[in-house]
Amino acid sequence: MAQYLLSVHSVEGQIDTPMTDEEMQESWKQIQALNEELKSAGAWVFGGALHEPDTATVVRMSNGEVMTTDGPFAESKEHLGGFYIIEADDLDAAIGWASKTTACVMKPIEVRPFRQSEA
Amino acid sequence: MHDIDAAPQVDAAEVGRIFREESGRSVATLIRIFGDIDVAEDAVQEAFALALGRWPGDGLPPNPGGWITTTARNRAIDRLRRESRGRQLSAEVAPLSPARDDPGIPEEVGPVQDDRLRLIFTCCNPALAPEAQVALTLRLLCGLTTGEVARAFLVAESTMAQRLVRAKHKIKAARIPYRVPERHELPGRLRPVLAVVYLVYNAGLTSAAGSGLCSEAIRLARILATLMPDEPEVAGLLALLLLTEARRATRTAPDGSLVVLGEQDRTRWDRAMIEEGQAIVRRCLLRDRPGAYQLQAAINAVHADASTVEQTDWSQIVTLYDQLLAVAPTPVVALNRAIAIGEVQGPAAALALVDELDLDNYHAFHATRADLLRRLGRSSEAASAYERAAALAPTDAERDFLSRGGRAPQ
Repeated sequence: MAQYLLSVHSVEGQIDTPMTDEEMQESWKQIQALNEELKSAGAWVFGGALHEPDTATVVRMSNGEVMTTDGPFAESKEHLGGFYIIEADDLDAAIGWASKTTACVMKPIEVRPFRQSEA
Repeated sequence: MHDIDAAPQVDAAEVGRIFREESGRSVATLIRIFGDIDVAEDAVQEAFALALGRWPGDGLPPNPGGWITTTARNRAIDRLRRESRGRQLSAEVAPLSPARDDPGIPEEVGPVQDDRLRLIFTCCNPALAPEAQVALTLRLLCGLTTGEVARAFLVAESTMAQRLVRAKHKIKAARIPYRVPERHELPGRLRPVLAVVYLVYNAGLTSAAGSGLCSEAIRLARILATLMPDEPEVAGLLALLLLTEARRATRTAPDGSLVVLGEQDRTRWDRAMIEEGQAIVRRCLLRDRPGAYQLQAAINAVHADASTVEQTDWSQIVTLYDQLLAVAPTPVVALNRAIAIGEVQGPAAALALVDELDLDNYHAFHATRADLLRRLGRSSEAASAYERAAALAPTDAERDFLSRGGRAPQ
């Protein structure tokens, strides 16, 4: 078993077709169903959707002191909208979950393996 | 020197040839045993060095493939034992005597699968970039050196080495699986595998440095056809490659210039290869599960049937292109269909179809227009189309051919 980060990537300002309330409801239901499926398959580790990037705060070391600044780390149009951490046998299995996720959220999913700790 | 010896004598070149032939199977088996591509590659390389030292003097072992796998396996165990990470492993995998022919591979559960099939699906996993898929396949399955792969694709050896290292790292880090996809995954996963084999063949066809790639591609297609006898597109690809290869020698004149299909010396086409390809096409027709490779093979089979270009059954070819366009609706297929229609209905009908296509950067589009315009007597338009085609041609042979207005050299 390995762990993978499935990150949902959003492009700011790019709303392909605005969802109606009904479509939002439908999308929400699909995501709930996917979450249940991940859990019952034993693949679920953690997951969630994030607030917009303008709610972010960056904390860093500067001259030996902790400095706190407002705003996201990277000024970019693309940002992380949410993510899952899943357990999967291999990349094909992780891509299987990512395929289901992208079909629900209609946004590209990046699949990245976690480094395995040398046990 | 041995005067009388039961074992057949071999020289270094023959040892190299046998390794090229057998290394894919050995590497594939060792990857399954050790779960590590680098360990497998290094061990097979060590076995090659040993064979070069021994076989020319001692003669060929009775089962060279088994000898390579067994020797490489034991080398890998020796090496891993010396390294800390191998301690546990060497306890699990007992070394075997290299004298035994049976490489002693652990029994598999379920239907026996050739390790090479696992390996090609790993190399051609869609999570890897297409150029990495091709490079890995040639390196691991065909046993080409990194330098040979680099030369075939006209890139620096260091670039190719980096590409291979990066791809192998991703396989390991992201855990790209070493298994044949499940039945329901197969249609999507087979596509890149067939595309890689086709790409290897075409690289051989268009680059002088890569002519050995044509035979490697046919070898890969044969392996796939043996391992997946129920996949009609695999058979279709093999047939397509055989029927194309049968004509390869007549595609270029001794001076390297291009010879078009209509002017090729059909008596020099390889009849045995054509018959093999046509027999596969007939079996595909009976199976009636058409796909793009089978249809292209069928088109080539019709061409191969005609002993002169005039005898070509163009209406049959048009029918096949209609089907091909339905499964592969690309402008390039539409262009070739238009050419076939031109042979049945005349150049004006073909030109009307060609002019609807959006292929302005494709040399064959302009070459086709040029030829049709020439046949319609519109010579100045034909000349400028030939010019445009020549400027876009990918190889010297095609450029020369097109800048002569599509005529053979005087």
